[in-house]
Amino acid sequence: MNSFATKFSPTDADIELRRAQEIAEEEGMSDVMWGSEAGFGNLVNGHAFNIPSVPDPSSFLRLHTDDHADPNCKIKIQHGTTTLAFRFQGGVIVAVDSRATAGSYIASGTVKKVIEINPYLLGTMAGGAADCQYWETYLGIQCRLHELRNKERISVAAASKYLSNLVYGYKGMGLSMGTMICGWDKTGPAVFYVDSDGTRLKGDLFSVGSGSTFAYGVLDQGYRWDLTDAEAQELGRRSIYAAGHRDAFSGNTCNLYHVKEDGWKFIGNYDITKMHYDGPGEVAGAPGGGYGYDVRTQGRFSALAPTVPA
Amino acid sequence: MSIMDHNGGSVIAMAGKDCVAIASDLRLGAGAQTIAMNFEKVFPVTDRLYMGLPGLATDVITLREKFRYLTNMFHIKESRPLQPSTFAHLLSSTLYERRFGPYFCEPVLAGLELTPSGTYQPYIAGTDLIGCLNFAKDFIVAGTASDKLFGVAEGLWEPDLGPEDLFETISQTLLNSVDRDAYSGWGAIVHVITADKVVTRTLKGRMD
Repeated sequence: MNSFATKFSPTDADIELRRAQEIAEEEGMSDVMWGSEAGFGNLVNGHAFNIPSVPDPSSFLRLHTDDHADPNCKIKIQHGTTTLAFRFQGGVIVAVDSRATAGSYIASGTVKKVIEINPYLLGTMAGGAADCQYWETYLGIQCRLHELRNKERISVAAASKYLSNLVYGYKGMGLSMGTMICGWDKTGPAVFYVDSDGTRLKGDLFSVGSGSTFAYGVLDQGYRWDLTDAEAQELGRRSIYAAGHRDAFSGNTCNLYHVKEDGWKFIGNYDITKMHYDGPGEVAGAPGGGYGYDVRTQGRFSALAPTVPA
Repeated sequence: MSIMDHNGGSVIAMAGKDCVAIASDLRLGAGAQTIAMNFEKVFPVTDRLYMGLPGLATDVITLREKFRYLTNMFHIKESRPLQPSTFAHLLSSTLYERRFGPYFCEPVLAGLELTPSGTYQPYIAGTDLIGCLNFAKDFIVAGTASDKLFGVAEGLWEPDLGPEDLFETISQTLLNSVDRDAYSGWGAIVHVITADKVVTRTLKGRMD
């Protein structure tokens, strides 16, 4: 009788949905099929990933996925990258490159290596792109649930610890991620380095990836706690430029984010070759002119001595 | 990673109508690290013959000096012009001498060959690292971006291009290929060889 009544009641989204769910339950369909867990259903319902059915799954996976141990292994993981994040008086600066390589082939120059976990949290991507994307999105779900349960935003320390504990559970199974979890919480600006070995470090300044040494060179030279916003953004840009220029596996463009008390803000996308020849354009903190070309052609390079006007 | 990829770099040669062009990128690296952006890999052999040497940088320099010596000796002993086809066989046999311990270079030749009628005919050739000659009518590619160069050249090259069109074609081919190769790029240099002159231009390329 109830079903007879609802069948002829005015169409309403709520009723439609309930009716659909009733049908689903009758036919034994799970919620996963409704896409209500956005592809995370296997985890929400307490299931786990399929794992190779061999006596020692982690050594089996290491054999086939870790190209440090065996360069000829079947599953290749992307390694080339430059990412950096640092904490200063005005918040957190996050800057990354946008190149993806498969061997020596440049597969893409427009990768988004900053993952927007929620309006107050950013994660960076180095190592396995899929691993970073999936687990940091999953972290976003857990952070929202924390917010609903506790009526309070999760701290950066807690969020990063959740991620590091999570990946530690998969240790030795071929997960590959080197990430910085950045944000602003009750304690102020915060940056945590988390990687797939299970390492979790709190710090002011980190750089991750094949170009990190080049980025550190510029970053360490220009870093101070009392940097202004414009100076800090320029330092992030300039550091990614240096890495993109010198490292074969980094480059194309730089994506820059600034986290402040009211959440993160996307500052801009800058072409690295354009920065080399002409500079980043009309942006706060830039000295004007190219970072690389003029210094090599206007006298500060031994092969081209400055022309002194008579 | 292969020893051939250690320093990076690529070379391409193309034939046109009564002209040839040869071009290289300018990168010298040590694995992923870029050391210099002014490392040319194309060298003159005669007024109308240029040789590109992509591969291991130490062997690039060794072979450049070795062939400078061999061409000078040829001029002294034979006192006649060294033709591209002659040089190609000198190149091939010199590389095969090191059959069991090769130089890690894949040379590319581009020049104009004097015909019996007194005109000049485009001549391009390439070899592998132990001297297997490869004559082509269209283009020769070598180096870390060779697979990408093949693809782009296959799409852009057409027969009987004049010097200016050939310059445009070889430049676009090289620049766009090295932008998809991590180990090549950081600027380029192009030589266009015609019967009466050689025009050399340095190109601004992506610097990442």
